[in-house]
Amino acid sequence: MEAVAPAETPANADARNGQPAILLDHVTKKFGDRKVLDDVTLDIRGGTAFCLLGRSGTGKSVTLKHIIGLMRPDRGHVFVHGRDVTALEGPDLAAVRRTMGFLFQNAALFDSISVGENVAFPLRRHTDWPEERIREVAKAKLANVGLENDYDKMPADLSGGMRKRAGLARAMALDPDILLVDEPSAGLDPITSEEIDQLLVGLKEKGTTLVVVTHDIPSARHIGDELAMLHEGRVIARGTAEELERSEHELVRAFMQSHGSG
Amino acid sequence: MTERLGAAILMALAWVGEVSLFGLRALKEAFRPPYEMAETARHLFEIGWRSVPLIATSGFAIGVVLSMHTRASLERFGAEAMIPAGLAIALIRETGPLVTGLLLSGRVGAGIGAEIGAMKVTEQIDALEAVAVDSFKFLAVTRILACIIALPLLTTMMDFCGIIGGFLAETTISGMSWELYFRRAFSHIDFDDFIPSTLKTMVFGMIIGTVASYLGFTTTQGTEGVGRTSTRSVVYASILIIMSNVVLVKLIFFFFPENA
Repeated sequence: MEAVAPAETPANADARNGQPAILLDHVTKKFGDRKVLDDVTLDIRGGTAFCLLGRSGTGKSVTLKHIIGLMRPDRGHVFVHGRDVTALEGPDLAAVRRTMGFLFQNAALFDSISVGENVAFPLRRHTDWPEERIREVAKAKLANVGLENDYDKMPADLSGGMRKRAGLARAMALDPDILLVDEPSAGLDPITSEEIDQLLVGLKEKGTTLVVVTHDIPSARHIGDELAMLHEGRVIARGTAEELERSEHELVRAFMQSHGSG
Repeated sequence: MTERLGAAILMALAWVGEVSLFGLRALKEAFRPPYEMAETARHLFEIGWRSVPLIATSGFAIGVVLSMHTRASLERFGAEAMIPAGLAIALIRETGPLVTGLLLSGRVGAGIGAEIGAMKVTEQIDALEAVAVDSFKFLAVTRILACIIALPLLTTMMDFCGIIGGFLAETTISGMSWELYFRRAFSHIDFDDFIPSTLKTMVFGMIIGTVASYLGFTTTQGTEGVGRTSTRSVVYASILIIMSNVVLVKLIFFFFPENA
């Protein structure tokens, strides 16, 4: 049975009305004996960019997977546009997922079909558009990320940065309200990383809610309106980049002072 | 020692139980929309049509060898005239279905296991779910259905090519005519021989598709895990085909006593 968001939380309201688009409500997740998320509560406002920071293995990617319903919490609830994702299945879950895009860390392009077909795939599945329009839109999405000439290439023929951009084009194929991004700059050179950041900032400016998992601090400063840091399964700090720099938590300050990407 | 053996047997049974539930879920999902017809047809082409050269060549070779063996045996009793019928019965009732199942478990089972396994470890299955596609239905159900449909068709082809191979071997040795060979071959064969033994390969198809898909979906440990999945798909599916064949033959004898 779908749980109802607590009345006092802003996630009851539709994120499109300026209310938080996403709410993690006391989420706990364990893998074996290891608690990856420990009573995590986060609310993310619609149309903003929220960056989730933390060292490797602190549950950042797990948090994203909970938001899109790829993982279920052991305890707690996840609300997207006020709907409890943890209680949804089948077509209901699919309907919520259609409002979200997910850029995976390694892009996770379908390697048996071309780059263009990867972008066209969600359109074929969820629209009844004619073939011509689907190709046209897929090409336009690829052009948005600078891959207009790569429609027929196979994913294996692309560089890491190009794959990530193609993954971004696929994630944005259905013009989702929310974009979840897992380590956008991991394994990329600084210039390509900057290009990806610019694309994300562009999407934010168009009103897309971004949830970006990263441990690249310069990237987080560039993209994020708000940052939070996960440590040992808990949110230990939250605020703007400046606020995190002044955090009373030494680990947060040390993290914010780092400049490299992981 | 006995405890270990008992534990291993229990583990094996638990595994078979999990795979069976996976297969039953696939059958149930096959009758729920969306029906994924295009994807099933694509896999039917990949699994069925692309296996034709393997099945046709193998069937032909098996027919030649069976003919030679049958001749060697029946000659002793002066029953050379029974060679076409003996070969046709052996091929249609048992050799064709079983060999088709085992060949397909090698060619198709390994492929399905590796493909889905690779998708699992590279997060492509998560990516499918993220674009609101039911990965179980899209990846597993379509492949299992394609295997179920392809196996009887390929078995029929194996039988046909085997009989052709047998004819060529026989006519080379004895000069038997085409008409006489086929008249003798089918004189002792009727639909009760062909239908049950061919349709039982649908179960083989179900086993190949289910085992390989299940192992693919449960792949872990990166590329090494994918390799392991590929090998296990072939081994486990082959073992289950051979074991299920015992039960299926018994069932055929029960429901078609004239075949016994």
